Amino acid sequence: MSDSKYFTTTKKGEIYELKADLNSDKKEKKKEAVKKVIASMTIGKDVSSLFPDVVNCMQTDNLELKKLVYLYLMNYAKSQPDMAIMAVNTFVKDCDDTNPLIRALAVRTMGCIRVDKITEYLCEPLRKCLKDEDPYVQKTAAVCVAKLYDINPQLVEDQGFIDQLKDLLTASNPMVVANAVAALSEISEASPSGSALFDLNSQTINKLLTALNECTEWGQIFILDSLANFTPKDEKEAQSICERVTPRLAHANAAVVLSAVKVLMKFMEMMDPSGDYIDTLVKKLSPPLVTLLSAEPEVQYVALRNINLIVQKRADILKHEMKVFFVKYNDPIYVKLEKLDIMIRLASQGNIAQVLAELKEYATEVDVDFVRKSVRAIGRCAIKVEQSAERCVSTLLDLIQTKVNYVVQEAIVVIKDIFRKYPNKYESIIATLCENLDTLDEPEARASMIWIIGEYAERIDNADELLESFVEGFQDENSQVQLQLLTAVVKLFLKRPQNTQELVQSVLTLSTQNSDNPDLRDRGYIYWRLLSTDPAAAKNVVLAEKPLISEETDLIEPTLLDELICYIGSLASVYHKPPSAFVEGRAGARRALPTRSSGSGSASPEPAAAQQVQEVLTVIPTTPASQNDLLGDLVNLDLGPSNQQFMSPAPPAPAQDSSSFDLLGGGLDSLLDAQPQPIQQSTPSMGLGGPIPQAAAPPGGVPPGNLGVLGDLFGVGSASEEYVAPKEVWLEAPKCKGLELKGTFSKRMNNYYMDMTFTNKAMQQMSGFAIQLNKNSFGLVPAQALNISSPLNANQHIDVSLQLVINAQHMQRMDPLMNLQVAIKNNIDVFYFSALVPMYLFFTADGNMDKKYFLNSWKDIPSQNESAFVINNVTLNSDEIQEKLNKSKVFTVAKRRVEGQDMLYQSMKLVNNVEILAELKVQPDNPTLNLAIKSKVVDVAPAVFHSFNMILHG
Amino acid sequence: MSVSAIYFLDMKGKVLISRNYRGDIDMSLIDKLLPLMMDNEEEGKQSPIITHGNVSFMFIKHSNLYLVATTKKNANVAMVFTILHKIVQVFNEYFRELEEESIRDNFVIIYELLDELVDFGYPQTTDSKILQEYITQEGQKLEVAPKPPPAITNAVSWRSEGVRYRKNEVFLDVIESVNLLVNTNGNVLRSEIVGAIKMRVFLSGMPELRLGLNDKILFENTGTGGGKSKSVELEDVKFHQCVRLSRFENDRTISFIPPDGEFELMSYRLNTHVKPLIWIESVIEKHSHSRVEYMIKAKSQFKRRSTANNVEIIISVPSDVDSPKFKTTVGYAKYVPQEDKVIWNIKSFPGGKEYLMRAHFNLPSVEAEEQEGKPPIAVKFEIPYFTTSGIQVRYLKIIEKSGYQALPWVRYITQNGDYQIRVM
Repeated sequence: MSDSKYFTTTKKGEIYELKADLNSDKKEKKKEAVKKVIASMTIGKDVSSLFPDVVNCMQTDNLELKKLVYLYLMNYAKSQPDMAIMAVNTFVKDCDDTNPLIRALAVRTMGCIRVDKITEYLCEPLRKCLKDEDPYVQKTAAVCVAKLYDINPQLVEDQGFIDQLKDLLTASNPMVVANAVAALSEISEASPSGSALFDLNSQTINKLLTALNECTEWGQIFILDSLANFTPKDEKEAQSICERVTPRLAHANAAVVLSAVKVLMKFMEMMDPSGDYIDTLVKKLSPPLVTLLSAEPEVQYVALRNINLIVQKRADILKHEMKVFFVKYNDPIYVKLEKLDIMIRLASQGNIAQVLAELKEYATEVDVDFVRKSVRAIGRCAIKVEQSAERCVSTLLDLIQTKVNYVVQEAIVVIKDIFRKYPNKYESIIATLCENLDTLDEPEARASMIWIIGEYAERIDNADELLESFVEGFQDENSQVQLQLLTAVVKLFLKRPQNTQELVQSVLTLSTQNSDNPDLRDRGYIYWRLLSTDPAAAKNVVLAEKPLISEETDLIEPTLLDELICYIGSLASVYHKPPSAFVEGRAGARRALPTRSSGSGSASPEPAAAQQVQEVLTVIPTTPASQNDLLGDLVNLDLGPSNQQFMSPAPPAPAQDSSSFDLLGGGLDSLLDAQPQPIQQSTPSMGLGGPIPQAAAPPGGVPPGNLGVLGDLFGVGSASEEYVAPKEVWLEAPKCKGLELKGTFSKRMNNYYMDMTFTNKAMQQMSGFAIQLNKNSFGLVPAQALNISSPLNANQHIDVSLQLVINAQHMQRMDPLMNLQVAIKNNIDVFYFSALVPMYLFFTADGNMDKKYFLNSWKDIPSQNESAFVINNVTLNSDEIQEKLNKSKVFTVAKRRVEGQDMLYQSMKLVNNVEILAELKVQPDNPTLNLAIKSKVVDVAPAVFHSFNMILHG
Repeated sequence: MSVSAIYFLDMKGKVLISRNYRGDIDMSLIDKLLPLMMDNEEEGKQSPIITHGNVSFMFIKHSNLYLVATTKKNANVAMVFTILHKIVQVFNEYFRELEEESIRDNFVIIYELLDELVDFGYPQTTDSKILQEYITQEGQKLEVAPKPPPAITNAVSWRSEGVRYRKNEVFLDVIESVNLLVNTNGNVLRSEIVGAIKMRVFLSGMPELRLGLNDKILFENTGTGGGKSKSVELEDVKFHQCVRLSRFENDRTISFIPPDGEFELMSYRLNTHVKPLIWIESVIEKHSHSRVEYMIKAKSQFKRRSTANNVEIIISVPSDVDSPKFKTTVGYAKYVPQEDKVIWNIKSFPGGKEYLMRAHFNLPSVEAEEQEGKPPIAVKFEIPYFTTSGIQVRYLKIIEKSGYQALPWVRYITQNGDYQIRVM
């Protein structure tokens, strides 16, 4: 007997007839009528007008009928809230039925009726059902709490349902435990107060782990997902949880496997990276991940997106499994594309030959998107694995020969990147590329080709003709192409100025006067001005050496990657976006991977860093002892608008009156040296007075505090003779998420400065820079906040000079004395380092003693305060030494020649009035100097020695 | 974290039946899905997950249906896809075949099942054997209202108590599928065995079973087996939920209380470097605008005493060929124009043999503009009494408190899996 007959009533007056049947005395007729109502509902007919009649059928012994009526209620209660109340009585009664199936059905359905008035009546039955003797009812009630919370969170909290749920975590029935976990996780995710509602402690974890072995596959997923939110207290606990989770990797259900992988990946972060256990886990993770690729295609897709994350986090897990990612003919396209991505991630010198053979094969397939991505992948291989570059290039050339339009275009786009990565290596193929100029119709390919022509203009004989042909259609081009064309023509002009002026002028005019695109206009103006004022500078700017492009493209930013690892198996892991990017409202606190606690690991590789953090914390009494608070402190640093220390790259104001600017005027002489006569025939309208917007002029006033810096920068100042040590590397990019910091300390005009160069070697922008100094022996503190106002783009660097002042509040004796601990923050992380401040910065100008005073002081200081040092490899004579030291305020009181040796008696005074006396023995033709230092404060000696060393070797 | 609603759509995107679990998404939003799918397809961005605003659609296709789940949250998408596939499986077991027609025919029970399978978006009971105990097509005929079987919430949620058989028997099928990928140069890119042990259990009571395999790790652990019998290194083993995973993790013992009837006990995977069982060499000569000729050589590379049955070698041909002519040394070849394929059938293919097939087609003088792909040659076969891996069932111990004797029957089959040989 088929249900389809219920769909076939199309007579008029149907509703009326149904109404009559619903109110019939005959049970059978009633049920048939309800089925017809449900059938109508299924195909989308509005049968809400039958509400009272259907609800009347609710009181029945027939379970099937009851289910249908409940179904109807769930669908229409919201549109008929007043009438829904009619049903409450039956629900309450059913919750007391002797049959657990009916009790569960009633409590399940009640929770789905999203009518406020009903929820009040739901509380009592729900409370009872949560304590029901039958686990089937209990597990249904547990989910019902989550339903109720969704409608009325306050009610759930007030009624104590959350505590009741927590009690269920210790229930003996695994299914009840699993549903209670699911409900609690959902509630704590939805609740504004966050996880406070659902605190997992070690004891509950233990119960969950036990239930994990016994509950259904779905329950296992709920439990594993909530385990993943737990942070074990130490490595040992993490390991013991992992041990009980690893068997789940052998589960047939792919979702159980992925949730287990999530827990393991997360907890691995807490373990000693060099320990055996990590190795074991890594080995155990690989086979189940590979097996996921035999699952249904949709599951494969989810698995592949997650594997993409996993190999970025821990490359070693799948490094030997390249072949399983080879594409099969019948894979769905979305699986194919994901596999390609992972193939590139796993490509290495060892397997590149195989990968390349595959990619070449794919590039001859018919699916356009797949072919394009394969061609691109070949280029990415070339960039990633240097040894394969040559083979990749020849493969790409083969593909270009196929003349398949989209293949050629993709190939050109990637070849541009290969040129960037390996300059001056493969340019011989340019001729082949130029042959295909006409077939390029996609902006990206055109832009790439134009870039290549501009970049190698000197090698392409007809570069001018080629570019000219592009310029003809300038206004019809995509803005990406226009920008490239502008730059390429300027490059061409700078490289071959003889007969390209007309071209460059027309492009500059097109970009500045006939374009609505601000980027293009601005770039046009900048080139124009550069060319007209200082062609040499233009050359430096436009033809500057480009930073190499990085190996791996489209890597996920590390903090995002860590967050996504916490969401393995979820939509976030497929989108590669944090949940906050696609979930409304409070998407839960950002998750971060747990970190390894510094205390537990004996062989931890970064104890130094950890220790530094500790030190910083212990000596800053105002900040509570936790790393988070230190972060908070840094974030709260005043990032006000003081930009005095920002070394502005703005050039000096132009000396000429702007009206006298002439694009092809005198400035070009240097470019056109070869020409017998500088070309001066440009039209008067080319004067730059008109088109140059005022904003392009450099900022008028220079803040007073900046003078020293700028003066120094431009060599104007005179007080800068004091020795400044070359910048040393303070933060290394590989260890600091791509931030490289070089710096030194200097003194100019009696002000102290920290001169720093920030270089962004990461792939993404950095911003939000801030600095904080720990207390130090001389109480150095920044005079103002670190001013890096604009974000630092990838591969950019910026020079910053931070003025420091002495603040007695900030003094604390350090060991070594001149040690300065620094914290640097940016949007990615906080980094710590310590540097030695050279003591000579603190030598004062009045440190020159008279001879008598020197002699008396020398005698006064007890001989145990004398320290002797040896300075090696100094090739200066005594006069040069004297002069050099003098500049840094080490004054020579007397000089004596004894037995062919020069004895220099010197004095210094520190800002805190500590006097230092020194005796320096210089032997001609001997690079070794002997230094004796005497001071009442004996501790300064090593630092003084250090200063001498630096000055004399600088 | 979970599913908001589940829909069954026909191929045109019309909703056949749906169940709204959370009520947080407008149910009419589903009408957007098909147009979105089309758009994505045009842009070459097909994906089983589609977003519209802040709603994510996750869908699978089954016969002439789409099963769609929606969510507004960061749902566990791996779980969503597995439950959708599970629903297909349960419905197949209920209605023999899940398709458009069977949905209309069974809408009442489908509503009941959807209510029981998932609650508030969380998958609940999905074991069709157990579900059938209290959700039946003949519900109305039962005098006494059914009660939830205790099994639903038991630790053993897959088997009910009180099962009785006059004759207690267990059938074990060890089925190995060989996945093979050979590139155009004849190099094996990938060769992998995916094995499965399927059981049909007809046992009374709550029997405890223990399965012994010639598992290398087990042999090493216990020192048994030794050099006498060959052992197999199973790379990745997956078990039915009835198997005690922690026990296996500890001492490699496979112990379980089986569900009643048919189920897959375990699957395993191993990479092997064995010779491809059936090797194919092909020479394809295409003379544009006139004809195309195929020469296919098939070679069996397994032991002589084994025989492959029902071998099918499937060769794709261009869609515009005509006038097929075949010549085979054994078996027969036929042209299947609707699939653009030639299928060469060999009923029985003993080991160590080599057969040949030649095909000749005419090509039209006007060529189609669209370029066609080059689908690989596929091979189907079945070799009974043989496993490539050498896996063996050493014993199956059956212990039930009533102490009956039960007989296990074991069968081995090797068959093709994803067996592809790329062509030039």
